[in-house]
Amino acid sequence: MKHMRITTAHQSITFSRRMMLLGGAQAAVGAALIGRMGWLAIAQNEKYQLLSESNRVQLIPVPPRRGWIIDRNGKPIAINKASFRVDLIPQQIVNGPQVIAELQKLMSLPPDEVERITRELSQSRGFQPVSVGDNVPYEQYAAITVRLPDLPGVAASQGFTRFYPGGSTVGQLVGYVGAASAAEYERENKNPLLLIPGVKIGKEGLEQTLESTLRGEPGGQRVEVTARGRLVKELEPKPDRSGGTVQLTIDSDLHQYAARRIGDQSCSVVVLDVSNGDILAMPSMPSFDPNNFSDGISKNEWKMLSGDDHLPLVDKALESLYPSGSTIKPSMAMALLNAGVDRRQRVNCTGAYPLGNHVFHCDKRHGPVDMDAAVVHSCDIYFYEMCRRVGAEKLAPMVRSMGFGEKFDLPFDNQRYGTIPDPEWMMRKYHREWQTYDTINMSIGQGQVLINPMQLAVMASRLATGKRVIPRLLKNKPVMPQEHLAVDQDHLDFIRKAMWGVVDHGTAAAAKLPLTGIQMAGKTGTAQTHNLSASERGNYTSAVWKLRDHSLFMGFAPFDNPKYAAAAIVEHGGFGAAVAAPLIRDTITFLYDRQKAIASLQAFEATIGGTLEERIARKTASWRSANGLPPLEAPKG
Amino acid sequence: MITSAIIPRPLAKLPWRLIFLVTGIAMFGLIVLYSAAGGAIRPWAMKQGIIFFGFLSIAVAMSWMRESTIKAIAFPLYGVTLIMLIGVEALGFVSKGAQRWLDLGPIRLQPSEFMKPAIVLTLARFYELVPAAEIRKWRAIWPALALLGIPAFLILVQPDLGTCIMVLLCGVTVMFLAGLPWWLFAGPAALVAVAAPVAYGMMHGYQRKRIDVFLDPESDPLGAGYHIAQSKIAIGSGGIWGKGFLHGSQSHLDYLPEGHTDFVFATMAEEWGLVGGVILIFAFAAVIHWGMKVSQNGRTRFAQLAAAGLSATIFFYVSINLMMVMGLAPVVGVPLPLVSFGGSAVMTVMLCLGLLMALERQQRTVSRLI
Repeated sequence: MKHMRITTAHQSITFSRRMMLLGGAQAAVGAALIGRMGWLAIAQNEKYQLLSESNRVQLIPVPPRRGWIIDRNGKPIAINKASFRVDLIPQQIVNGPQVIAELQKLMSLPPDEVERITRELSQSRGFQPVSVGDNVPYEQYAAITVRLPDLPGVAASQGFTRFYPGGSTVGQLVGYVGAASAAEYERENKNPLLLIPGVKIGKEGLEQTLESTLRGEPGGQRVEVTARGRLVKELEPKPDRSGGTVQLTIDSDLHQYAARRIGDQSCSVVVLDVSNGDILAMPSMPSFDPNNFSDGISKNEWKMLSGDDHLPLVDKALESLYPSGSTIKPSMAMALLNAGVDRRQRVNCTGAYPLGNHVFHCDKRHGPVDMDAAVVHSCDIYFYEMCRRVGAEKLAPMVRSMGFGEKFDLPFDNQRYGTIPDPEWMMRKYHREWQTYDTINMSIGQGQVLINPMQLAVMASRLATGKRVIPRLLKNKPVMPQEHLAVDQDHLDFIRKAMWGVVDHGTAAAAKLPLTGIQMAGKTGTAQTHNLSASERGNYTSAVWKLRDHSLFMGFAPFDNPKYAAAAIVEHGGFGAAVAAPLIRDTITFLYDRQKAIASLQAFEATIGGTLEERIARKTASWRSANGLPPLEAPKG
Repeated sequence: MITSAIIPRPLAKLPWRLIFLVTGIAMFGLIVLYSAAGGAIRPWAMKQGIIFFGFLSIAVAMSWMRESTIKAIAFPLYGVTLIMLIGVEALGFVSKGAQRWLDLGPIRLQPSEFMKPAIVLTLARFYELVPAAEIRKWRAIWPALALLGIPAFLILVQPDLGTCIMVLLCGVTVMFLAGLPWWLFAGPAALVAVAAPVAYGMMHGYQRKRIDVFLDPESDPLGAGYHIAQSKIAIGSGGIWGKGFLHGSQSHLDYLPEGHTDFVFATMAEEWGLVGGVILIFAFAAVIHWGMKVSQNGRTRFAQLAAAGLSATIFFYVSINLMMVMGLAPVVGVPLPLVSFGGSAVMTVMLCLGLLMALERQQRTVSRLI
């Protein structure tokens, strides 16, 4: 080629050849394009049709109605109340500022609400409504409805708000609902349902832990929407499915009665049905009113609740731990019997028990006491001496088998389980040898012993039946089989008799049931909250509330054929027999004779300044005036 | 040939087959634009129709140009276009912003559009002047490289990657057909393969992103990949027969961006399906084939090279746009001629067709109808 002269003829051949090549390449590209188009339109047609359809059709979720929570008899604990709401549909608004100004006038909206609405309106996407007001009073709703033709973009509709007939008595049980936070929205993979104004999700308690059952399936208004969010037309809707109803083992009348009977104390009561472990009542007072939370709680109300030293935001039945005090004694006595201690053997109580260079005290001088007397009169020195002889490692297993330190599978998030110490635990936790004084402390439920009120009630039920009663709150959960505890029936009969003695003629004689033929057995407890000085000893009602002893009681009834077990722990309530025992007496009475119990509640409430609602209103008013806030308006009918 | 006494001879001598074909494509385009506007002749179909018939008339008028005239204007046209390109660049420099057009009162001139036919004519003219014996010499190569490289560079820095690629491809096609040695094309092709990563590094942010997204459209389905993703959805969901006229949800609900300009093919395919797409592709193929035939029948070297280059211009327009719309090429902003809304592409294609018709007229004494 190099030396060849290229002529015009050569050039012509080259041109023809290269034209063929070019034509071939062009045809190849054309074929590739048709092939590609065929691939997209035939092979992947289904995929792209789906994508195109999901572009075209948007689902505006219609929130499902939240499931009910009902008690064991079908009485409502948490239900939905029809409410009126006002929203703005950004796309339909003609003159935003004018509409907002009009709404502000009609609904007397505060300035910060107006600011919020304006902000949300500017951020919203076409068809997504912006909430103007939840739970709008009927007068305002009616005023807006008649003006709707002049207010384009305003939507007044009926919705639902959560309603708790029990008010603050069920606050700690059910928790509350509220609008989803940004974090909750993220956690649910940006579930669009959570963005709808008025959609509330469980935030605490059962409302939170049972969320999956209660929420239901959202329906949807299917609409054709442009890429910019303009609604083109509505398609056929997809129906929603309401949330499931949850039935609790709670007896809401009993629960509310116990809550009211607690009065102004900071206290939790637990009542169990010993035959199946059903939790009949578990109020924790004082509490918050979940109804206020479901509309969104005010900053002041939150401040008032979180500043209260009676801890209204804590579910004391499961989250608070206390020393068990003398309520541990029946179980301790059972452990002693199990370890071979002769129940007739006496210990001489002189009111003081020296150990090394420390002296342990009894609340009085009981003289020579056997086991029965030691339980009935709650003699500490008997238990010091006997437990010291037997040793902690033989005692702890029995106490644990009665429910102390045990974890129960209950639908609550923040349960705490406490401790029953033993030498091995002491080494693990505090890296020190178990000392005799640890046994002494443990023998009367002090020192490292920590329990919650639920465990105390479980202990009462296990002592009552001799079986492993396991508490149950959800009615649809199977009753756990109750195994027999590893105890001697003779020992059990003896302990029950002693506990009957406590109520009949012992420390809790004040707690005798005012009923004929039904007797209660029980045990009081008084738990020290700090080391008492000599002058404080025996003074259960210190001037400083925080320094007073906790008052405990656990018991079961009827003593000869146990059906109910109950426990109460009153924070800083003072002597166990004085506060906790009468509380349980009235609560158990309610189960048998409501009238008698209610009469006693009314008498009690008269001494403390009125009903729960009256007292809460007064407390709120005084808190507001102390914090320089104007009094609340009286709620409208 | 039309041998009717009714039709006057000059009219009968027009290449009617081509005119019908092109008009058919444009009419189909108007139907698509009518649908893209939600079933209205405004704002696009009406205007586009006027533009099309305006340029069609110009193209038909151009068909009476003589080959010698075309030859004579080849270099001046190139020179003027190059000066305008420099002018645009200078203007952009003064106003500190990207500039692609010259504002000449009522009309906006985009000189890079003229460059596509201009480069073809210039190179064809150049290689006609080069004696056959010289064709493999260096002096047959470097002037062509300069003639091609300078405008391509000016367009690239505008920045207008799509037009730059088109001008380069048109020029290279003419050089290839002129008979330059093989290694001149194979070598740079290999070089491009090696240098592509380097070029990628030097690209503008938006260009680089378009390439990233082209290679992996799912990486950014709501951002830069949105165009390709939505376009593929439109084409794929159309299926074989399409969703029907005025029933394309992707275009009517605004999910398909640029559904009346660069992505008009997707709008069409959604409503007319694979069938509509194949018919359109065959129609374009017929137009290009007609142009290639003109080239093959060319009696002079200039006519051969110019006709092939001008047909290649139309081919590159169509194929780059379709590859882009179907997700086979990055989004470089090349419209589908005769169908996409907008005047410049119609103008360029009509200039090419006008020149082709003029060259074809020289080759025959009789006109052919169908």
